[in-house]
Amino acid sequence: MNWISNVMPPKVRSFLRRETPENLWVKCPESGELVFHKDLEANLFVVPGSGYHMRLSPKARLANLFDEGIYEDLPTPDAPVDPLKFRDVKRYTDRLKEYRAKTEAQDCVKLAAGRLEGMEIVAAIQDFDFLAGSLGMAAGEAIITGMTTALNRRAPFIIFTASGGARMQEGIFSLMQMPRTTIAVQRLREANLPYIVVLTNPTTGGVTASYAMLGDIHIAEPGAVIGFAGPRVIEQTIRERLPEGFQRAEYLESHGMIDMVVQRQDMRATLARLCSILTRTPRAAGAA
Amino acid sequence: MKELLRGGNCSSRPRALLMSRAKNQIVFGKGRVRLRQFQQFLDFGERNRQFPPSPATDYLTMTFPVSPQDQAALRPASARSYLDFEKPVAELEAKVQELRSLAADGEGVQISDELFRLEGKSEKALADLYASLTPWQKTQVARHPQRPHFTDYVKGLITDFSPLSGDRQFGEDAALICGLGWFRGYAVCVMGQEKGTDTAARIKHNFGMARPEGYRKAVRVMQLAARFNLPVISLVDTPGAFPGVDAEERGQAEAIARATDASLSLGVPNIAAIVGEGGSGGAIAIATCNRVLMLEHAIYTVASPEASASILWRDAAKAEDAATTMKITAQDLYRFGIIDAIIAEPVGGAHRDPAAAIQAVGDAVQRALEGLLPLSHEEIRRSRADKFLAIGRTV
Repeated sequence: MNWISNVMPPKVRSFLRRETPENLWVKCPESGELVFHKDLEANLFVVPGSGYHMRLSPKARLANLFDEGIYEDLPTPDAPVDPLKFRDVKRYTDRLKEYRAKTEAQDCVKLAAGRLEGMEIVAAIQDFDFLAGSLGMAAGEAIITGMTTALNRRAPFIIFTASGGARMQEGIFSLMQMPRTTIAVQRLREANLPYIVVLTNPTTGGVTASYAMLGDIHIAEPGAVIGFAGPRVIEQTIRERLPEGFQRAEYLESHGMIDMVVQRQDMRATLARLCSILTRTPRAAGAA
Repeated sequence: MKELLRGGNCSSRPRALLMSRAKNQIVFGKGRVRLRQFQQFLDFGERNRQFPPSPATDYLTMTFPVSPQDQAALRPASARSYLDFEKPVAELEAKVQELRSLAADGEGVQISDELFRLEGKSEKALADLYASLTPWQKTQVARHPQRPHFTDYVKGLITDFSPLSGDRQFGEDAALICGLGWFRGYAVCVMGQEKGTDTAARIKHNFGMARPEGYRKAVRVMQLAARFNLPVISLVDTPGAFPGVDAEERGQAEAIARATDASLSLGVPNIAAIVGEGGSGGAIAIATCNRVLMLEHAIYTVASPEASASILWRDAAKAEDAATTMKITAQDLYRFGIIDAIIAEPVGGAHRDPAAAIQAVGDAVQRALEGLLPLSHEEIRRSRADKFLAIGRTV
């Protein structure tokens, strides 16, 4: 960078810098193999060789989930912002602004409704890129709204979880989202509407210890880290190395905590099959 | 008397002994667990209470004014132990005691005025100190080793207590105790975490950190309570759910989620009293209640100040900052509408007069319970759900 770039306003700077996109080739974190970004995108961000499931943006996931990629964006409700007037090294409100600008979303939960092989469903997605998908008041309120919408439309509810746990910056209000979301889950259950949880990498802490483990069916993506306490905390507690594959989707499956581990390519078909059976809706002819 | 106390005083217990024990290994479930990481629990009392005793005021080996009732309530062979910030009070109380023993030696007339004055001063210093504790000081008080624990509350409040063991699936967890009994004329179900009062008990109860079995037992007992129409009283005192390989293996998260779920399904009233530490998911699992009460100097957190500090500042030493910014005191939480009432503690904290603190909790629980008993099962369930849904909506 020269002195011109130093005095230029940031917007102009970013405009000028658009010569070559940096991530044309993406490295698989597991095998180290290099994949061309277009190939990765076409493969739903699953590395073709190693089968490693990389993070998928909420938009890409929704587009893949619904018929023809068409869905309705459901508004998320307003929630109180920064009840504790929190600041650590940075003001919480500043941090929020930063993430809102980065992700173009208000908070980490996105709601959508649409058709899955003809059946109406309501879906929620947690975006790990927004403050680690942490469960705060906005996220809690959004999940409750999503479940209530499913209830009103008498539609199955599917949630894709990804979260580091509670949003520390909201303190006790974050903890309170555990019982609050549980109430909404109970209402779905009482209405006999399917509630399917898809656990994606990673799902931990208060999220796992509330709505993510209360589904009628638990599905996980391969290799996803799922647990209550983070591996670092456990290692500090027991002062031993953790067993191989600890807290991975496959480990949880063999320990009886989830129903199945499903490849991302098969997720849509699996969800459709399950929703169809649970709602006793025969699928349209020709549906895979 | 002085000599006797000196012999049995906890302050004379060599710290080195505790430390060396802490380095041993013990067997915990399947895994061999080193105890080093539990040092903070083992010696949190030691660490907090000891400031270098000066030769001039050897208050740590002195006797202190305690009523016979207090004496019975205090654990054997333990003199009063002081937290760091209580030093000024400790010095005053030591002086009072010095004068008192002089008076007893026959010089009473001359010094009784001085004694009277000092006693007043020392009482006032204590009351002033405890009227304005910082969140971090409250954290230390909430963890005070002599603070009454679950077992003490049960002894003081429940008759015919009949503990129930096991989750009927895997095992029994002594960290979370459940049982049946009579509470002031009402047949009830009681549950809560027990931290333990000495090293052996702390290990037995896993420092009040429950495993999945504990929460699954709680669910079983809640369902039992629902069938027999028994109100549920939860006494919450835990640093958090146990973070270990075995706990994860058996579904710690699922167990906690199911316990919260079960609490919200109950048609019988449930009342939680946070009597010490309300730590995170390990607390909410049994604190999702119609009424949530909290002792004046208890804390209730989304993560312990130490854990919060290491997450937010990447430095566990910032725990004091975390305690302050996270708003964990009963006073803050009452203002936020998270808890329904604050139970006043005896001057100087529950550990100064455990019997009074226990009865104060009993009175508050009784009041809450009697307010809920007229409600139908449906009303109990609905009002509980409405209460939690309303939290945060009007902040």
